[in-house]
Amino acid sequence: MIKLTINGQKVTAEEGMSILDAALAHGIEIPALCHDPDLKPESSCRLCLVEVDGRRWPRVACGTPVRDGMVVETETPEIRATRREILQLLLDNHPNDCLTCQKAGECLLQKYAYEYGVTFRTHDGARRGGERARFTDTSSPYILRDESKCILCGKCISTCAVLNERSVLSFAGRGFETKVAADRDETLEASTCVSCSRCVAVCPVGALIDRRVREKKIRPWEADRQTIQCKACEYGCEYEVLEKGDERVIRPLAPSEGRPLCLKGRLYVEAEVSSDLRTPFKKEETEKGRKFVRTTWIEALELDRILDRITSTESESTK
Amino acid sequence: MSMTFEKLKEIREETLQHMNLRGLPTDRPNAPYRWSVAICMETSCMSSKAREIKQRLLELIERDGKGDEIEVVGTGCFGLCEAGPIVIVRPGETFYYHLNVEDIDLIYEQHLLGGEPVRDLIYPESITEDGYLSYFDIPFMEHQERIALRSSGHIDPEDIREYIAFGGYEALYKALVEMTPDEVIDVITESGLRGRGGGGFLAGRKWRATQASPGDEKFIICNADEGDPGAFMDRSILEGDPHSVIEAMAIAGYAIGSDQGYVYVRAEYPIAVERLENAIGQANDLGLLGENIFGTDFSFDLEIRLGAGAFVCGETTALTASIEGRRGTPRSRPPYSADKGLWGKPTMINNVETFANIPYILLNGPEAFKKIGTEKSPGTKVFALSGKIKNVGLVEIPMGTTLRQVVEEIGGGIPNGKAFKAVQTGGPSGGCIGPEHLDTPIDFDSLTEVGSMMGSGGMIIMDEDNCAVDVARFYMDFIADESCGKCTPCREGTKRMLEILIDITEGRGDETSIPRLERLAKTTELASLCALGQTAANPILSTLKTFRDEYEAHIKEKRCPAGVCKALTNYFITDKCIGCGLCARQCPVSCIKGERKELHVIDTEQCIKCGLCFEKCPVKAIVKK
Repeated sequence: MIKLTINGQKVTAEEGMSILDAALAHGIEIPALCHDPDLKPESSCRLCLVEVDGRRWPRVACGTPVRDGMVVETETPEIRATRREILQLLLDNHPNDCLTCQKAGECLLQKYAYEYGVTFRTHDGARRGGERARFTDTSSPYILRDESKCILCGKCISTCAVLNERSVLSFAGRGFETKVAADRDETLEASTCVSCSRCVAVCPVGALIDRRVREKKIRPWEADRQTIQCKACEYGCEYEVLEKGDERVIRPLAPSEGRPLCLKGRLYVEAEVSSDLRTPFKKEETEKGRKFVRTTWIEALELDRILDRITSTESESTK
Repeated sequence: MSMTFEKLKEIREETLQHMNLRGLPTDRPNAPYRWSVAICMETSCMSSKAREIKQRLLELIERDGKGDEIEVVGTGCFGLCEAGPIVIVRPGETFYYHLNVEDIDLIYEQHLLGGEPVRDLIYPESITEDGYLSYFDIPFMEHQERIALRSSGHIDPEDIREYIAFGGYEALYKALVEMTPDEVIDVITESGLRGRGGGGFLAGRKWRATQASPGDEKFIICNADEGDPGAFMDRSILEGDPHSVIEAMAIAGYAIGSDQGYVYVRAEYPIAVERLENAIGQANDLGLLGENIFGTDFSFDLEIRLGAGAFVCGETTALTASIEGRRGTPRSRPPYSADKGLWGKPTMINNVETFANIPYILLNGPEAFKKIGTEKSPGTKVFALSGKIKNVGLVEIPMGTTLRQVVEEIGGGIPNGKAFKAVQTGGPSGGCIGPEHLDTPIDFDSLTEVGSMMGSGGMIIMDEDNCAVDVARFYMDFIADESCGKCTPCREGTKRMLEILIDITEGRGDETSIPRLERLAKTTELASLCALGQTAANPILSTLKTFRDEYEAHIKEKRCPAGVCKALTNYFITDKCIGCGLCARQCPVSCIKGERKELHVIDTEQCIKCGLCFEKCPVKAIVKK
């Protein structure tokens, strides 16, 4: 056990734990956009900077392991000022779309901007994704991308790479022009993306959105929410049911404990609880590349063989 | 083959017989050559036809059957790149400069056949009343001391035997056979050698940490991803003396317990890569790399990995990621490379120049090394001197030499009678040092104290015609372009700082510009992930410190005092004009009007500020305001 002090509070932590996790375990929240408990720390957003042992040079809480006798301050005026600057840099490159953004209410950028009193401002400088929000990739029936909102935290890339056979997303370009690309910067449709929605589940902002939830116009705070487990396989990935009036939609929750998430599972859960069954799509290799094509629920859930068997057995027994 | 000390000595003696004229105590009984002609074969001289000169000379020798009397050697850098292509004739080390291919015929006829040096082609500063100075005695070389470049200019970098003749691989033998790994590290630590790549970290401590780190598999990496604007120290060492780096890496491998090394070198250095490949091949052939070197248990392999030119890949964690085949972006430390580096194994990374010092230290002992330089920065440092300086080139000076000595004596001062303005060291991470600090001794700590840093060795001299804001803009443009884009402050902050600087240079600066720059500078410094971002604002901060009045002139008076920023500069013709009309004829947009023999006038609305008229005016009647 390691003993350290965070904001004057004496706490204990396990060897190898990060300052961020140690703080969280004791109810001290440190703002972070790129941190995810299920992913390796990227330490790229730099929001979780904290003061360590009174030194001027701050350290990232997510990437710094705890040490015996460490004295951590997470909320000094200096640290808060630096975080404000970082948030301002992000907002200067983010469209003012909170009114209509699907992510409003659970967007981390919105949350921290509110907390730190940082606002959108007009400026003549460059904007990576343009000044107005717009979906930059609408090729997938399941996922909408809006690169103008992307803060390049890299979580989507990391979570996509957890499963080796996926690894569809990666960074492309560099510096200010860095972007997240699917395969060789293709659309989600043309890429090898399997629509598992792991990326959507971890995106902290409105850059990756669940299309079917969006189309139902349900935002989380106005819905009754319930977590359910997928029964398609033994992993039991988690989904959230959002219910508003007569409408019921589902969305995948962040994959944890090795759960993979997959399209089949998603459709399985959808078929089970959605208020209406909306046409499923599957990806097919065609001469013109990969295309999403309409399919039937029976085919999507791979029920055809089972159904055939049931039908034939039943018709035989009635003979 | 397997190598022994006897064989090494044998190669040495045998090769020295043919090197009777080159830089070592000679007078060997069988001295075969009357003349030895050294031609610099590095990137800079090769770009001005050194290869063709060598080819022509070989043709002449072949034609006359003089191969037994005259040897021609392609060597590494002599240093005074400005004078290239450089040809040195030994004995005498007569220094021919700025040669054309046809000049070599005359040198051959008159000097090599006739014994009479060609005065007109000899570097003027080496001509004295009594004859001609050796290259190594000209003023440019006077304050220099060569350790890292000790063999450059003397040996053929493509021939391992010449390296051996100059004492090469003896340090490796000494380490492997006469010393324990601990003793090797002790010597390096004792010498006080600090990393020449920029950080200035004690090399011995790095070696020790990697040695102490548990693990069966460890790696040695040579960082040859030299990327600072105007820097070519490492390229020169690899081109001129690749074996010094190979030998040092093998020594490091022995010391820390590694049998595999990688040289990470940028693909933009094709000659360096080619010579390195050739050298590794030769070392393998002679058993100086590979299995059981010198019959010991120690084996060491070396491979080259090419970088694709990203500046950030000079950062150790980004470099490691790049070797592993991943995107070259830095990661947060800890873990440090000494614990978890390449493929998660303990890894020791040194820069080219740091390695090049190692064989010298091992052979001559730490005391000899410490005698050179200062107490806290022993040894020498190689600098690539460029910009507004007479002697552009590569210099190696003892630490503690003052900036003034480098600029005024070694560098020969500022050309065209212009006034010195600043010296930029440390590349984009460094800063501009103004005239008030010219007497600062060059060492790691003193340069940091005056707001710059040692860096890897770029040294760019600026004169009164350079605009401080424009210089800051240049470096920020470089950094914003080279930022990997991983962390927020560097990715977004450098872009915003660049935008503000462009605004200032184009007349759109206002009273918020400097405070905004200062705020962004602080954020990128404190919050960026790696040193590239943490030091990105240094060119701004250092120029703001020394040349704040210039920033203010741009912002408040919309004026560029140096006349560099085009949007803020106008050209006018003064009454010195003689009405010759040359300017009007040169003007590409025909915006200069005037009658013959009368005062001409520039239409500043139409003027595109190309500066042609300013340059061409025979009576200097045109001014920039």
